[in-house]
Amino acid sequence: MFDFLEGYDLLGAFWTTVQLTVLSTVGSLIWGTLLAAMRVGPVPLMRGFGTAYVNIVRNIPLTVIILFTSLGLSQTLGVNLGADEVDSINFRLAVLGLILYTSAFVCEALRSGINTVPVGQAEAARAIGLSFAQVLGLVVLPQAFRSSVVPLANVLIALTKNTTVAAAIGVAEAALLMKEMIENEAALLLIAAIFAFGFVCLTLPTGLILGWVGKKVAVKR
Amino acid sequence: MSSVLYDAQGPRAKRRNVLFTVVFLVALAALLWWVYRALDEKGQLEWAQWEMFFTGTEAWSTYIWPGLKNTLTAAALSVLIALPLGAVLGISRLSDHAWIRVPAALVVEFFRAIPVLVLMIFGLALFAQYTDVSTDDRPLYAVITGLVLYNASVLAEIVRAGILALPKGQSEAAMAIGLRKGQVMRVILLPQAVTAMLPAIVSQLVVIVKDTALGGAILTFPELLSAASTMSAYYGANTIASFTVVAVIFIAINFALTSFASWLERRLRRAKKSTGAVLTADDNQPNAGATAGGGTF
Repeated sequence: MFDFLEGYDLLGAFWTTVQLTVLSTVGSLIWGTLLAAMRVGPVPLMRGFGTAYVNIVRNIPLTVIILFTSLGLSQTLGVNLGADEVDSINFRLAVLGLILYTSAFVCEALRSGINTVPVGQAEAARAIGLSFAQVLGLVVLPQAFRSSVVPLANVLIALTKNTTVAAAIGVAEAALLMKEMIENEAALLLIAAIFAFGFVCLTLPTGLILGWVGKKVAVKR
Repeated sequence: MSSVLYDAQGPRAKRRNVLFTVVFLVALAALLWWVYRALDEKGQLEWAQWEMFFTGTEAWSTYIWPGLKNTLTAAALSVLIALPLGAVLGISRLSDHAWIRVPAALVVEFFRAIPVLVLMIFGLALFAQYTDVSTDDRPLYAVITGLVLYNASVLAEIVRAGILALPKGQSEAAMAIGLRKGQVMRVILLPQAVTAMLPAIVSQLVVIVKDTALGGAILTFPELLSAASTMSAYYGANTIASFTVVAVIFIAINFALTSFASWLERRLRRAKKSTGAVLTADDNQPNAGATAGGGTF
């Protein structure tokens, strides 16, 4: 029943999906945190930039962004992110697109976490003479991170599912392999079940574990 | 102005802010200059690449309008099908009978855990193998299938959250005056929940409009994004210009929807017609730890 799987690198495709997810998660956590810091900071220009970035990027389909990194950035402007072969160029472009898109949602998740920190805490921190960077880095952000684990987990799950969009620029991940297999093989329902199972395996445990972690670490008020 | 993080600023903080502003401005300007140079070098800023969008109507009538029409058609049909389906699923999840509650929960969690694109690819093959839908219509059917399956389960969660957000006294009072379970749901709970969840539903529309682009990139559904590709091929590689125009259209539609949702939310909060809490886009996951499919965008 599973004979036809021999010719396909099923694990390799899901491994690419995982790689896309992990790299984009790291990148978008960094860029998203910076954006959140800008959006809550005292400098109006940075606040404006952060707000504009989030509002613009959130409203563009990820597919448009990823296709643009390939057709616009790479093929038109020659930005290849230091890679030589087509495969690694597309992979890096997909990661870049996913980071640019996901960080807008990371920023919003963090900002909602920052809003849960009571004003008195920051006032107390300022009263003992901490600067803005210290208030943010030592008092507010650690608590904000702990209370935004669950929204961040939702962003991570959405990101895992969004990596399938990389198929649009030919990155050899799960959705692309699924398309190829469906075109070549007759066992439609079986193939669909395999890929559905793969994604359920990736997303359900993430949600359950991080949901549990989120409940555990959230600051009880 | 002061906030959680900083106080009204004194002279030193103001000076520091000016410094930050200048540094940030220089960095931003450098980035924009680099982008400008890169675009200019490749001839992407020449008027010839852009004029078709401003002079004449060919680009709009041949590519953009039909694409936009297909995007909006797919989105509208998906909503029309997904809303009632989602309502049924959401109410089923609240049923007293385990044999209704558990399957509904399984369906919802399953379809929320799977990427929309995978559902669309499956739909395309399904229509090709088991139905006689014509080749031209298949991508539209597939896009709608994917969007409906995914968004019905997300909307089910919204409906469930909306009903759960109502105070318990509502249904208790309704049962005390002798209404049956069905009546309580139909007459008392649903009308109030619908108001509470309107903003969340409008926000979900943004997700649906954005996801139609998947069909354009991978299923050859002729929507707005794929219009950009054919357009830039026709007009001689004006990739940047075509993508910019299409992105601006997407931003305009979705920004309008987002603003409408938050306006609606403010209004409903103020009006206080319902006793329940108003749901925002971020509330779409009730007890997100337990329901793990997650992710509404």
